[in-house]
Amino acid sequence: MSTFTDEVLDPVSIQSLWRRSQQSEQASKGCQTRDVRRAEAEVQTTSRTVGSTQTEPADQAAQPLFQAASDEAAPGLREFLRRVEDTVIRELATNAKSHAFSGFQVNWADPSQRVLCQCSLQHPDVQKQGLHVTSVSWSCTGSVITCAYGRIDNGSWSTERSCICLWNVDSRCLNPEQADLVIDVHTAVTALCCHPSQPALIAGGLYSGEVVVWDTSQTPDPVLAVAGMSMDSHREPVYEVAWVPLQKKGEFGVLSASSGGQVLLWMLDSDQGRLVLNAAYALVHQQVPHSSSSSFKARGSGVVGVTSLALSPWDNDTFLVGSEGGLLLRCSFSSRTLAAASFEGLSVPLRAPAVFSFRAAGGPVHSVDCSPFHRNLFVCAGTDGLVHLHSLLQPSPLVSLRVSDSYVFQVQWSPTRPLVFAAATGEGEVQIFDLGRRSLRPVATISQEGVGQAATCLAFNRHNPNLLAVGRMNGTVTVWRLSTDLTEQSPRESSQLEQIANQVAE
Amino acid sequence: MAEVEETLKRIEAHKGVIGTIVVNAEGIPVRTTLDNSTTLQYARLLQHLTTQARSTVRDIDPQNDLTFLRIRSRKHEIMVAPENDFLLIVIQNPCE
Repeated sequence: MSTFTDEVLDPVSIQSLWRRSQQSEQASKGCQTRDVRRAEAEVQTTSRTVGSTQTEPADQAAQPLFQAASDEAAPGLREFLRRVEDTVIRELATNAKSHAFSGFQVNWADPSQRVLCQCSLQHPDVQKQGLHVTSVSWSCTGSVITCAYGRIDNGSWSTERSCICLWNVDSRCLNPEQADLVIDVHTAVTALCCHPSQPALIAGGLYSGEVVVWDTSQTPDPVLAVAGMSMDSHREPVYEVAWVPLQKKGEFGVLSASSGGQVLLWMLDSDQGRLVLNAAYALVHQQVPHSSSSSFKARGSGVVGVTSLALSPWDNDTFLVGSEGGLLLRCSFSSRTLAAASFEGLSVPLRAPAVFSFRAAGGPVHSVDCSPFHRNLFVCAGTDGLVHLHSLLQPSPLVSLRVSDSYVFQVQWSPTRPLVFAAATGEGEVQIFDLGRRSLRPVATISQEGVGQAATCLAFNRHNPNLLAVGRMNGTVTVWRLSTDLTEQSPRESSQLEQIANQVAE
Repeated sequence: MAEVEETLKRIEAHKGVIGTIVVNAEGIPVRTTLDNSTTLQYARLLQHLTTQARSTVRDIDPQNDLTFLRIRSRKHEIMVAPENDFLLIVIQNPCE
C-alpha cells in the first residue's frame, strides 16, 4: 500500500513576458529645432524739422469789453474827440520837447540842513563794568538797534561777563538809560548781525570763538542755537558774523570769521538748538594768491587771522576778507581747493577760498564794505587811518583817503547815496565822505562834545536812511539824524560812481 | 465811427504816448488801448480827480473853468481833456 506522503513541489516562477516586452520596446528619441536666428538693425533719421504755427493776436483783442457798447452808447464821442484833438496833440508835442521839469526833484519830506543827535543810549550795567561797544546792528524793520558789548583794548583771555542790549528807537516810551531788552552773555561779544528778514533773529560771535543765534521773541531763554566749544567751532575770537543767503530762497546761513584763520558757514538747526557746520574755509599764508603789485611775502605756514569780512550784495559766491596782517583777499564760496592747514576733527573738508589778492594795507584791516550801488566797488579801512576805495578788478586802490591820524574802526557805505560812506575813527569822530566832491575832505564830521572816546562801530539804517548809529568806547550808542543832502540821491550820482569805478588805479 | 478811430490813432502816433482812454460821463471807459484792469483804474481815479480839479477852479473863480489837466509824475505825464460827457486820458512818457 502506498502511503501518502507529503510532496513538496518546487515553486516555479514564471516572469511576466508581457511586462518585459513592453519595457524593451521603450526607446528614447530626441528632437531639436534649428537655432533661432536673430539679427538687430537700427535706423535713425538724419534730419529733423520742427514746425509750429501761431495766429497773429487780433488787433483789438484787448478791448472787446468796451468796444461793443461804445458805438451806440457814445453818440457825442466823435464831436468830443474832434474838439479836444487839437489841444491834446499840441500838448503832447510841447511836452515831448519841454525840459521844464527835467532835473526837478520833488521832495516830500521837510529838508534838514544839520546832523542832529536823536538819542544817546546807554545801559547802567554796561557803564558800571566800563565795557566798550563792539558792534551795532539795525534790525530788518529798521526800528530796533542791537548793541554788543565787550572790550577792544584787551588782548588777553578774560572771563568777564557781557551782554547785548536792544532799544526800539521808534517807540514812544524809549528810555535811553535802560535797554528794552538785555541778553546776558558769559563772555565778550565781538560781532553782531541782525537777520535780513526776520526781526527777532540776531547772530553773534563771541570772544571765546562761539557763534550764537538769539531769538528775541523767545523768553526767558533767547538762545536759539549755539555753535559751542566743539571740534568744529572756532578757537579764536570771532570778529565778524554775517547772514548769507543760501540756495533755497528765503533761507539764510551764518558765516563767521575768526582770527584763527577760519571762515565757517553754519546752518541753523533750531529744533536741536545748534548750528550745524555746512562749509569750512581756512586761509593759510602759502595759499594766498600773489598779485603783481603785492609786496607781501609768505612767511612760513601761518594762518591768516581774519579781522573783517564783507559779502557782495551782487554776487552770492563772493566774499571779501581783511586780515590782521593787512592782507585783503577776494574769496569764493564755491572754491574746491583743499586748504593746506589741518584742523583736527573737523566734520567737513577745509577749503582754501582765496582767489585774488589786493594790495596789502599797512596794518590790520578793521572793516570792509561792498558798495550797494556798484558791483565792483568796495571800501576798506584799518589801523593806518586811511580808507581805500577799491575796484574788485584791480589790485591797487582807486582812491585812498586820509580819514584820521588814529585807527579807523569801521567804514560803511550809505544805503541811499551811491557816493557817500562813513568812517568811525579812533579819535571819536565819525567822518562822512562824498566822492562827488572835488576835494577829498569829509562833508560832515560827527563828534560829540566832551567825549574823546573812540568810535568803535557804526551802522546806517537801511529802512530809515537818515539814521546812523555810532557805538563808542565808553559804552554809549548814539543815533544821529542825518541831513537831507547826506541821504537824498542826486540825479547824476550813479553815473559818477560808474566813472570812478571805471578809472584805472595808478 | 472810422473818424473816431482815426483821431485816436493820430494821437497815439505821437512821440512817447503809452496809451489813451476815453471815459464817458458815467465813468465807464468806452475806448482804450490799455489792458482792462489798468484802464478801469485810470478811469475811476482820474474822473474823480478831474471833478475835484474842476470844482477847485470854479470855486476860486466862478467865471473860470477847467480846460485841461496835466499831471507830471516820476514815470509819466498824464493828460486829461475834460468835458461834460467825456474825458480823454492820454498817458505819455516824455523822456522817451
